[in-house]
Amino acid sequence: MKYLDEFRDREKARILIREIESLVATIDIARTRPIHIMEVCGGHTHSIFRYGIEGMLPEAIELVHGPGCPVCVLPMGRVDDCVAIAERPDVIFTTFGDAMRVPGSKKSLLQAKADGADVRMVYSPMDALAIARRNPDREVVFFGIGFETTMPSTALTILQAESDGTSNFSVFCNHITIVPTIKAILDSPDLQLDGFLGPGHVSMVIGTAPYEFIATFYRRPMVVAGFEPLDILQSIWMVLKQIREGRADIENQYARIVPDAGNSPALQAVSRVYELREFFEWRGLGSIDHSGVKLRDAYGHFDAERKFAIPNVKIADPKSCQCGEVLKGVIKPWQCKVFGSACTPETPLGALMVSSEGACAAYYQYGGVKSHVAVA
Amino acid sequence: MNVAPFARSRQLGKVHVPTVTLAHGGGGKAMKDLVDDVFVEAFGHALSAPLEDQARFDLGQLALHGDRLAFTTDSFVVDPLFFPGGDIGKLAVCGTVNDLAVGGAVPLYLSCAVIVEEGVSVDLLRQIARSMAATAQQAGVSIVTGDTKVVQRGACDRLFITTTGIGVIREGVDLGVHRARPGDAVLVNGLLGDHGAAILGARGDMALDSPIESDCAPLHELIADLLAAAPGVRFVRDATRGGVATVLNEIADASRVAIEIDEEQTPIREQVKAFCEILGLDPLYLANEGKIVVIVPPGEAAAALAALRAHPLGSGAAIVGEVTTGEAGLVTMRTIFGGRRIVDMLVGEQLPRIC
Repeated sequence: MKYLDEFRDREKARILIREIESLVATIDIARTRPIHIMEVCGGHTHSIFRYGIEGMLPEAIELVHGPGCPVCVLPMGRVDDCVAIAERPDVIFTTFGDAMRVPGSKKSLLQAKADGADVRMVYSPMDALAIARRNPDREVVFFGIGFETTMPSTALTILQAESDGTSNFSVFCNHITIVPTIKAILDSPDLQLDGFLGPGHVSMVIGTAPYEFIATFYRRPMVVAGFEPLDILQSIWMVLKQIREGRADIENQYARIVPDAGNSPALQAVSRVYELREFFEWRGLGSIDHSGVKLRDAYGHFDAERKFAIPNVKIADPKSCQCGEVLKGVIKPWQCKVFGSACTPETPLGALMVSSEGACAAYYQYGGVKSHVAVA
Repeated sequence: MNVAPFARSRQLGKVHVPTVTLAHGGGGKAMKDLVDDVFVEAFGHALSAPLEDQARFDLGQLALHGDRLAFTTDSFVVDPLFFPGGDIGKLAVCGTVNDLAVGGAVPLYLSCAVIVEEGVSVDLLRQIARSMAATAQQAGVSIVTGDTKVVQRGACDRLFITTTGIGVIREGVDLGVHRARPGDAVLVNGLLGDHGAAILGARGDMALDSPIESDCAPLHELIADLLAAAPGVRFVRDATRGGVATVLNEIADASRVAIEIDEEQTPIREQVKAFCEILGLDPLYLANEGKIVVIVPPGEAAAALAALRAHPLGSGAAIVGEVTTGEAGLVTMRTIFGGRRIVDMLVGEQLPRIC
């Protein structure tokens, strides 16, 4: 595929790996412990496993798979709310595909569908709006989920519904924002991270400025990275180079997509439609201040939380689940007590086993190459 | 006063209404008319013979083809009923023919049971039945028995078809999922994932215009050529639901071996790759309806490859991997990027990723 194969070139990968190896050899901390680099975004986690990147890296580099999978970090109580809305006979509940399998305390949306709820998979919130127009006698609810990547498309759909007067459409807003969560991870006392790969598609919307505090206050390097395997290797090399040179900067490897200033029409739509919640609950990480958004009062008539009575019951994460420690890089997925036994992709207990972008599910399915398969 | 003759010669009934109603499932004249008009008409046999409740075979004739019977059944519920490259009727014949052929059998006879939702147009049924008949002729099989049920609106999705097939396994052919040995070559007969991508595209709910056609085809000839050229073939399976990844896992598990495939050697159409990129799907798990996975001893790999490539349905054949002595049950892929990853069984259905 043109414009993709160029970023999957095996020969260029070999050269980059050699560069990474020689760079690591000059970094002091690598002599006593592995260098921990967190990829924040689930899309990166997916690529890392899909292309077997971990197994290509020197032993002295450990990738920590971060919290950037919106499906994974959705708390059980919110899934229960989705199911409650979806099970109303007047509702057509629309959702992105991979959110259908996330377990609630009683059932997932997939199970609710099997039990008779009208749950439909869509690829864009605009598809949900089209369903609303075709079904004027039904209430069509879109399950708004994701970081700043998907936030603008939900906002623009609401603005569209407003302008064409579609009143049977609403959004169950579970959009979250990554920056407060990175801060929460950086504030955690057991933190072991030396640098970050920044989320490429989130940054395409918000730009690079919101990450500056990571460099200035926490003195950690971050490189905003693309999603092709060469992007990821080059970004790792850039993080290592900063560590080697004692720098902590926010750099942009994904400049072909990410403008440093972000996307201003998208940001305008976002700030017009949403405001920050005081706090939002994350599966595996607990409540994080200002980490979620809700619809502003001006768009309250598109807010499913106001339109329908939702249970809004908080369900605690299972006690045995160690997702939080995995997310912070304290333990590896397979070191979790329930990994592969009580917690599998079929019956996930913890957030990270839910979506193929979750670190544990990725290890379970694609295999941690270092742990399972010897590299020839 | 006219007296009706005691025995009338059998005449084909005719349906004069545009849609199927519950009356067509009632067992009376309306049902006979539907069966005659749609199925007997298309399958074109037994016009003068009375329809019995069972097809009857001469054992001696069957034994001319080989020494063991193969017997298989499959149900077809595809949505949409018509898709680029095929329809549910063609699929229902190919699917069962291929399930017989991959066992080394000569496919001979098929049954056809349909469950129709009331309100389906009779013309649609005729079209599907004609498609089944044409595919059966192409595959060298006869559809010799069948059943029709009509259910209330909402009780099924327009039309479900079940075909059951009988074939005879050639003497000396012994294929088995447990027979893979380290060193064996893993072959496929062409581009993977076309059917799955064609169906997903044709459903239209992804709002993607894809020009991809289903690979739906009867593979009995291709497999016969393969077995003649490489009699040591250990195992053949059509990579339908769950795709090639699932078949490889079944082989690795049953044979207690490891299998490694090479992404670079794995043939996938550019459009299918792009389709999967956009939707966040993995083509290794997409369904095929005209593709087989073949396990063959190393000494016969070249002959097997040549035989597949010599047939129009195998022109894109490739050796995609090898059976190895690694951890039993493990399937891995050497990625195009030079890395390595596990190719596991799919847990549920493949669902598109958010971002």
